[in-house]
Amino acid sequence: MSAVPYNRVKLARDSSRPTGLDYIKNIFKGFIEFHGDRRYADDPAIVGGIATLNGNPVTVIAIEKGHTAKERTYRNFGAPHPEGYRKALRLMKQAEKFGRPIICFIDTSGAFCGIGAEERGQGQAIAENLMEMSTLCVPVISILIGEGGSGGALALAVADRVWMLQNSVYSVISPEGCASILWKDASQAQAAAASLKLTAEDAKSLGVIERILSEKEIGKKEFYDRIRTLLTEEISELSNDLDLIGKRYDRFRRIGVNAVVKE
Amino acid sequence: MALINFLKPKNQLEEGGRTAAPVQRDEGEPEKNCPNCHKDIPLSRLWANDLVCPCGYHFRMKARQRIKMITDKDSFHELYSEMKSGNPLNFPGYKDKLETVRVASGEEEAVICGTASIGKQNCCLFVMESYFMMGSMGSAVGEKITSLFEYATEHRMPVIGFTVSGGARMQEGLLSLMQMAKTSAAAKRHSDAGLLYIAVLTDPTTGGVTASFAMEADIILAEPEATVGFAGARVIEQTTKKSLPVGFQKSEFVLSHGFVDGIVSRSNQKKLLSELLKMHGRE
Repeated sequence: MSAVPYNRVKLARDSSRPTGLDYIKNIFKGFIEFHGDRRYADDPAIVGGIATLNGNPVTVIAIEKGHTAKERTYRNFGAPHPEGYRKALRLMKQAEKFGRPIICFIDTSGAFCGIGAEERGQGQAIAENLMEMSTLCVPVISILIGEGGSGGALALAVADRVWMLQNSVYSVISPEGCASILWKDASQAQAAAASLKLTAEDAKSLGVIERILSEKEIGKKEFYDRIRTLLTEEISELSNDLDLIGKRYDRFRRIGVNAVVKE
Repeated sequence: MALINFLKPKNQLEEGGRTAAPVQRDEGEPEKNCPNCHKDIPLSRLWANDLVCPCGYHFRMKARQRIKMITDKDSFHELYSEMKSGNPLNFPGYKDKLETVRVASGEEEAVICGTASIGKQNCCLFVMESYFMMGSMGSAVGEKITSLFEYATEHRMPVIGFTVSGGARMQEGLLSLMQMAKTSAAAKRHSDAGLLYIAVLTDPTTGGVTASFAMEADIILAEPEATVGFAGARVIEQTTKKSLPVGFQKSEFVLSHGFVDGIVSRSNQKKLLSELLKMHGRE
């Protein structure tokens, strides 16, 4: 059994990795943050607003984990509440109204598991994002930069293009959670990580993502410049697509079809 | 013959202890203990009452039995029964698990789809199966539900869905997760076509199913006392180190927080669904 997948999980969780705000600051210019879901509260675990990408306005949304202990507590370790997902959706609808492309950066162990989150409809908030994102009429690109934890990550990833950093992971459940449910033993996480097929290479071969982004010089100017160039090219291509929504539907429609046996 | 024997009753009738039609307690009949009233209820009585205890507690119900309860006689026509999950990730133990569950449940997958009439109203219907890996959603469940929404959109039919699920099926990894997006997109197309979707949440509806098509209906109903939530109660307790409020994640809790339209007991479901379908029908 390969140790690589679980090592990737550890790398993806490493607190020294760039977080959502680092990407926003280094790739875009003139970021203006917008707060609140207009229904209940502002969730610091999700940051969103407008900025320019090579001079063109875009909406950017990022799950933010924070770097220092204080920041991480304030950001709830990047575990969003329903109001975070509702803020994200509000900003996406705003982007649609003004014809701005949307770029999401995802880094979460999962949507927050808590009493308040359940009381305010964590499931409903995610469900609404999945439904509404499927028909947004502007280009959407989502990039997994660290952890892609289940529905809490997918709620910002119903996109035309989904990319993953080389050492990011994307999974239906954490390897620890999977091991403790299936084998009643959280220490089997390494085996679970290998079985879950959660690495960027796995996701690409399953047809879940389009591109793996190299982590060469991660955090340096060259790294961000490279992502900016890729985003600019991709958005210009998607902006000329007259069947954006149809293609987004097909993109998700075909996932898992080959996993179904017909007999 | 001794006189004493002559005076003894010859049979049970003469003893007065037995009538022509003997009513005797069948000691062998299995009973189920009701978690609500804690009484032992004979299974025959539960079956005659759609698996509802006299105290009102709703036991879990097999999908086929529910279809029989909710649809008009002989009106159900199954679709996509040929679709079932393989083992796309070669996940350890999954193949054996599927084989065991298929034998034990008598079903090939965790959802049954088809068309039916309910109180003479035609609709598309999906019913999830709790006895198949607790209704977990893998590629086949996602594909069947997506196909049903597409069928309903094409034929301009309403969709009624009974949900029961522990969430996404982890043995199919990311493919399971993506079914949340896939089913949601199909439900959205159906909705955008102006068509009705009613979900009935049954015990338990959690995880990735709550966070997708269970919460996307125009009208969301729930069975009494059903657990409806996103995260598991145990996980929440472990994460927050707080004890959970009484009735947490029960239908009544979810209703009071504004996430379902109403709670409807089994005995009223068919009538209500047929009325709702009728009110959304086009003459």
